[in-house]
Amino acid sequence: MKNTFVKGRLPAAIFLVLASIFAFGQAADWQQIRIPPLPNFQPIEPKRIELPNGMVLFLQEDHELPLVDGFARIRGGSREEPDAKTGLVDVYGEVWRTGGTNTKTGDELDDFLEAHAAKVETGGSLDSTSIGLSCLKADFEEVFQVFLDLLRDPEFRPDKLEIAQKGMFDAISRRNDDINEIIGRESAKLGYGTKSPYARVPEYATVAAITRQDLINWHHDHVYPNNIILGLSGDFDSAAMEAKLRQAFAGWAKGPKFKPEEIPISPAKPGYYLVKKEDVNQSAIRMVELGTTRKNPDYYGIQTFNEAFGGGFASRLFSVIRSRLGLAYAVGGGVGTGWDHPGITRLGVGTKSQSTVESIQALYSQIDELQPHPLTEDEVGRAKDSILNSFIFNFDTPEKVLREKMAYEFYGYPLDFLERYRAGIEKVSNEEVARIPAKYLHKNKMAVLVVGNDAEFDKPLSTLGSVTPIDITIPSAPGEEPAKPAKPSSK
Amino acid sequence: MKVRKIPCILVLFILCTLAATQDVASFEKRITVKKLANGLTVIILERPEAPVFSFYTHVDAGSAQDPLGETGLAHMMEHMAFKGTDKIGTRNYAAEKVALEKVEKAYTAYNAERHKRVGMDEPKLKNLEKAWQDAIQQAQQYVIPNQFGEIIEKNGGEGLNAFTDDDETGYHYSMPANRFELWAYLESERFLHPVMREFYKERNVVIEERRMRVDSNPLGRLLEQFTSEAFAAHPYHRPTVGWISDLNSFSATDAEDFFREYYVPSNMVLTVVGDIKAAEAMPIIEKYFGRLPGKPKPLDLATAEPPQNSVREVVLRDPSQPVYLEGYHRPDYMSKDDAVYDAIADVMSNGRTSRLYRSLVRDKKIAAAAGGFSGLPGNKYPHLFAFYGVPLPGHTPEEVANSIHQEIERLKTQDVSDDELKMVKTRAKATLLRSLADNQGLALHLGIEMARYGDWRELFYEVDRIDQVTKADIRRVANQTFVPVNRTVGIIETNKPAAASEGGTQ
Repeated sequence: MKNTFVKGRLPAAIFLVLASIFAFGQAADWQQIRIPPLPNFQPIEPKRIELPNGMVLFLQEDHELPLVDGFARIRGGSREEPDAKTGLVDVYGEVWRTGGTNTKTGDELDDFLEAHAAKVETGGSLDSTSIGLSCLKADFEEVFQVFLDLLRDPEFRPDKLEIAQKGMFDAISRRNDDINEIIGRESAKLGYGTKSPYARVPEYATVAAITRQDLINWHHDHVYPNNIILGLSGDFDSAAMEAKLRQAFAGWAKGPKFKPEEIPISPAKPGYYLVKKEDVNQSAIRMVELGTTRKNPDYYGIQTFNEAFGGGFASRLFSVIRSRLGLAYAVGGGVGTGWDHPGITRLGVGTKSQSTVESIQALYSQIDELQPHPLTEDEVGRAKDSILNSFIFNFDTPEKVLREKMAYEFYGYPLDFLERYRAGIEKVSNEEVARIPAKYLHKNKMAVLVVGNDAEFDKPLSTLGSVTPIDITIPSAPGEEPAKPAKPSSK
Repeated sequence: MKVRKIPCILVLFILCTLAATQDVASFEKRITVKKLANGLTVIILERPEAPVFSFYTHVDAGSAQDPLGETGLAHMMEHMAFKGTDKIGTRNYAAEKVALEKVEKAYTAYNAERHKRVGMDEPKLKNLEKAWQDAIQQAQQYVIPNQFGEIIEKNGGEGLNAFTDDDETGYHYSMPANRFELWAYLESERFLHPVMREFYKERNVVIEERRMRVDSNPLGRLLEQFTSEAFAAHPYHRPTVGWISDLNSFSATDAEDFFREYYVPSNMVLTVVGDIKAAEAMPIIEKYFGRLPGKPKPLDLATAEPPQNSVREVVLRDPSQPVYLEGYHRPDYMSKDDAVYDAIADVMSNGRTSRLYRSLVRDKKIAAAAGGFSGLPGNKYPHLFAFYGVPLPGHTPEEVANSIHQEIERLKTQDVSDDELKMVKTRAKATLLRSLADNQGLALHLGIEMARYGDWRELFYEVDRIDQVTKADIRRVANQTFVPVNRTVGIIETNKPAAASEGGTQ
């Protein structure tokens, strides 16, 4: 399961192999194969435009196919929603689109868009909400009008609010079915604190408390031009598109500057935590502590460390815990880095119930090993090669370039951050990488969570230390939506 | 390195898409196809958008080819293809080879004793097991762990992975274009000189994969039971990841036998897409892949699933929340009605205008989601067209089943509307168009089309076939397929054990 690890990447080159030279020779092994130098590849950069009302546009021409795609990101997300209405931004993200506009119902929009194989979709996330479009070039005018109508005049019809709430109730009812969902959710709570907006989850009561007026208010409070970054890519002429967008957004007045709130974080105490789950024969295990951000000057050392320690096939965790010990299919981890708030440092493994404690100890010993045996020059070199040689995959499509730039704009990073990242990785020294674990990976600061069938563990978890049980019983809502048939013992 | 079960459906959706002869023409100009002397089919698509390329190696053997008593072997072989060669991953191959032979000998002895029905000698078994484990230890000293993956990674390989499903095994990743020859060496060596090193440790890794995807996952549990129930004769009734007893029993020798039979050039298609020139790349491919020894394509399965003629049902009393699933036998992808099934899946479940969404989610408000799709568990052989519904809290699988049946009945008795049919056709074209700007996706789709039809152009022709589908076709196929005696039902019914199984400790 190595499709999840984070990777960096590098500009490569026009492939140029003189086949005739090699036609008769047989390379004895991979080290003798010539790798031609990499000519410089300059990806097409999007054009950045700031409108007088503060809206930022990025236009990226891509004429390969007759398509246009667009994506607007709006500041403010679920971390800013009120605690008593947790789930508001999720619900908003759905009903913004399904609830239609002041002239057309959501169903009418569905009919129109599906008939053109076009999409206009909205969504909500931790730090932002979004609205995107995708259509054939020929349909752009009409589809863009739908996009504009939703941006300016959404209706949030109540019948669609009800469907969204029911969907949320369903997701709540199912959230304890799968150990990997449980471990993701509960380990975030340990890392950020149960009540932290970075980790809290919707409940029946908080979703039931959401009203249509809440959605209208959220929209009013966030969707205004200087709070929006809009990127378009596809088969269009940038100048003509710019003129069209300037005209479309000209009359829209500026709003207040978005003020990010202070988001509370209070990590759980180090130690062992257990969620009991009887219908499984595998334990999900996570060790977590608070990480850092990408603005940290150690970021390059961290990325290199992560690649060598818990990233790829050749990383220590993969090679030892999976290949050598055969303890796990999924194993990995590293120091967490967020864009604008600390990420969570995580080491994770999934192993049979009977090797639960053994696997925790195996992870520990990999942390311990870093003391007497820090990452070697060879390991660091390989990690850097891996990040730099695959660097090209950060910008091998115009769409990726656009998305990168929009992210930098959104989080207030320099627009050439990718170039700086490459330079930073190139410069990273062995010593810098060697300092990372002592600074960011602390066995004694980690909360260790196990979700599993403890009756079948190789040893009781308590042989490692005191264990705090976590009750994940789903609180039932007062009123019509019953929790589960289970006993409604509340937290 | 994953078992792919359901995602095969997604492939189908992507494949069953747009027409447009001008697209075929534009691809004709950039595609070179060659069958090498050893039987390997090679496709090169020039797409010089950025100096990178992606490839897909298709092996036309999946878990349907697993030998009796060795379920999971195709998937196991996929994992072993990451273990290196006689030159990569070893400190001393000559010595390692001898050590690995000792492992096999010790395992054979241990396995034979272990499976004695009568007269199994416990102390002897213990000794044999120890001898086997000691032999593994001995062989381990020669291993350079994961060197194959390491070489790819440090050369900038991206998305290094593979999958196995019932129908095929696939290998893929992307690389900077200046590593083309290195790639050709690595990918050919992998299938020229594979070494079954660390086999029994990797077997444990695969068993953990089974625990993760099947045993400890409610939907995994349901799908395994459901598929076993739906197929009596055809190997589709067996799980791709394998039954636990088979996983604990098969050997490295079994995997090698499988490899020798199915990993032969005539049974493989290699597709490369990206910033490469066919005139330069083809000679390199010939040089490296031409070394694979030619052998005849293995015989295909002869077993055909007999008509069902009975209603079948599996009900899992499970601590998880309810799910409803039903499947109907349908012919394989070569059927002249294949596109009709695609059209039915689209009308029933694509987006918020689909019939199941509007009926179950929007109007009746009894389900969080509902849909229908082909390709369960594969599509190379006759398989299932399935419908599913996820009941909202307070609603039951039975309600969902009834509503799905009402929609099926409507499909049988009334024509779909002009608008609906037009939507299906427009969407098919647009979906294909949207899939054409991605090296890895293109390599995968072109390779599968070539393997399935012997012609990559089917990627485009499939959309033409959808364009030909009529209202009468839909009614005919629905009436023919969606009948009770052709149905298998799978249900998760929530059942709480006495203890707080939700994990709630008080």
